[in-house]
Amino acid sequence: MTVLAVAEHRRGDLRDVSLELVTAGRELADELDTDLAVAVVGGDVDAFAGRLDREGVDTIYTVSEGEEFNHGVYTQAVEQLHADLDPTALLVPNSVNGLDYAPAVADDLGLSLVTDVVAFEGGDPIEVIREQYGGKVETTYDVEADQYVLTIRPAEWPAAEASGDATTEAFEADIDEAALGTTVNGFEEVAGGDVDITEADVLVSVGRGIEDEENIPLIEELADALGATLSSSRPIVDNGWLPQNRQVGQSGKVVTPDVYIAIGISGAVQHVAGMKGSDTIVAINTDPNAPIYDIADYGIVDDLFEVVPELIEQFGGEAPDL
Amino acid sequence: MKILVTVKEVAEVDDEFEIDGLDIAEGSLEYDLNEWDDYAIEEAVTISEARDDVEVVTVTVGPERAEETIRMALAKGADRAVRVWDDAIEDAQFLDVDAKAELLGAVAAEEEPDLVLSGVQAGDDSNGATGVALAETIGFEWAAVVNQLDLDADAGVASVHRELEGGIEELTDVDLPAVLTIQTGINEPRYASLRGIRQAQRKPLEVRSLEDLGLDPSVVESPLERTSMYEPTSESDATVWQGSADETAESLASLLREKGVIEG
Ligand SMILES: Cc1cc2nc3c(=O)[nH]c(=O)nc-3n(C[C@H](O)[C@H](O)[C@H](O)COP(=O)(O)OP(=O)(O)OC[C@H]3O[C@@H](n4cnc5c(N)ncnc54)[C@H](O)[C@@H]3O)c2cc1C
Repeated sequence: MTVLAVAEHRRGDLRDVSLELVTAGRELADELDTDLAVAVVGGDVDAFAGRLDREGVDTIYTVSEGEEFNHGVYTQAVEQLHADLDPTALLVPNSVNGLDYAPAVADDLGLSLVTDVVAFEGGDPIEVIREQYGGKVETTYDVEADQYVLTIRPAEWPAAEASGDATTEAFEADIDEAALGTTVNGFEEVAGGDVDITEADVLVSVGRGIEDEENIPLIEELADALGATLSSSRPIVDNGWLPQNRQVGQSGKVVTPDVYIAIGISGAVQHVAGMKGSDTIVAINTDPNAPIYDIADYGIVDDLFEVVPELIEQFGGEAPDL
Repeated sequence: MKILVTVKEVAEVDDEFEIDGLDIAEGSLEYDLNEWDDYAIEEAVTISEARDDVEVVTVTVGPERAEETIRMALAKGADRAVRVWDDAIEDAQFLDVDAKAELLGAVAAEEEPDLVLSGVQAGDDSNGATGVALAETIGFEWAAVVNQLDLDADAGVASVHRELEGGIEELTDVDLPAVLTIQTGINEPRYASLRGIRQAQRKPLEVRSLEDLGLDPSVVESPLERTSMYEPTSESDATVWQGSADETAESLASLLREKGVIEG
């Protein structure tokens, strides 16, 4: 039995998803009628353990190995803890680093793996829910396995807040240094550039629906007419149509403007992670089923090439000839 | 040197779609090369163009229909292709991460590549796990979500940037052989030229069954069983303005004025 959740930290900070994992882990432990153990590997493990001591956590295992994430160390440490605790469920964040070791642990230990889980229900067998096809549908799966690994989507469960009374134990992992095939040499931050989109009150944000670089001036003109700042989804930056400092989302900036106007953006989870805290969200998208409408306050289900020129006119601007 | 690129044909769902049982109705789907794999192909072809001893082989698990997508990869510069398919795969409810890793792993075991490039995720299933599971299956090193790659084949090291959350990149050296999962934006995928498309028709595309690969049909079995698929009940109470473009634009304009965030 037992649910084992593995926390995540980076450059000295426990990441938010770790406390969400505690909530998800407690929920699952209740379904399974068992204990919740939380592990933290590397860095200032005692300080992290202090922060992880939330209501519902039974035991915290600290593994004092290394400063930053290294997937070889994590894989070995988590596999050894797994052998010790024999947990029913192993929970890992569905983060870039979580996905850099959870599949390896699952494969190595022969455990069933479900990634990017947004909900689960029942204990025997447990039913998990995940999204597919760009968030257009949800699918449920029965996990017919005694032991399994779930990676948990960030920001789906609330962070555990109330303080707890967990026991903290140091776990001595036996790391085979010779088996480590990667060396982490450091970090680099993406350059800031001229504009800080996180400062803007109004963001006009453009996505792949714009189709072509030559059409970008249409959205620029709208931003100008509104006195707003231009931002974008990832493909626009990947294509080199706008600089990286304009990208909203998981790997770009997290923005919280008063108004966020998403134009031709589907609302993929990694995009939404960067803008869901906006006060008012407006979507212009031809697809009524686009996930962006799940978080939008206002929507126009229509062709942006029809609506945006009208909008520019409303504010006294002039739509460019495309 | 040999580079193996995993290439998936992904299903994209039409704006208006229907669900048929446990999957999207076939009539609501269109098929295309997985966006992330397009960048993986480009990365492999770029490496092969910079050196004269590199063979680029693609591997796809997919039905005959997928050959159109595979030819696209060949047209962009891959040298040959392997497609894995079989009645047992066809009959499986779906392929889980483990099954995909086993199938791709069997081809990797035959091809013995020095480097495997896969996409960070497939746009339809979005597991984001197959590349790393494949690495573990074949005993390779790996790195997930790579957005910069410098290969030093002689030293046996790939120096990569891994794109973490929030605009932070991790700089990591990865011992070869390795599986790297490639992130969009790492390069600019080329369009296939007409010449490339013509040449692709003559490049080898080999079809392998489970038996050919020495695999038991049970590899496609999964402890996971899909029990339902449905459209998420929208939590939103979005106001959707109806009418012609000038009407909806006017509604939005008045909202923005009302909010006081926009003057005039
Ligand atoms: C590890 C990782 C990190 C990522 N980080 C980010 C990130 O930071 N930010 C980010 O944005 N994405 C990120 N992504 C990518 C994300 O998964 C999506 O691929 C991306 O957000 C899609 O961008 P989009 O909505 O512009 O394009 P699409 O999903 O292609 O959507 C385009 C939309 O435009 C609509 N449309 C088309 N034509 C018109 C028209 N004429 N008028 C109106 N609407 C139209 C379509 O209906 C569709 O909904 C990340 C992915 C991964 C795997």
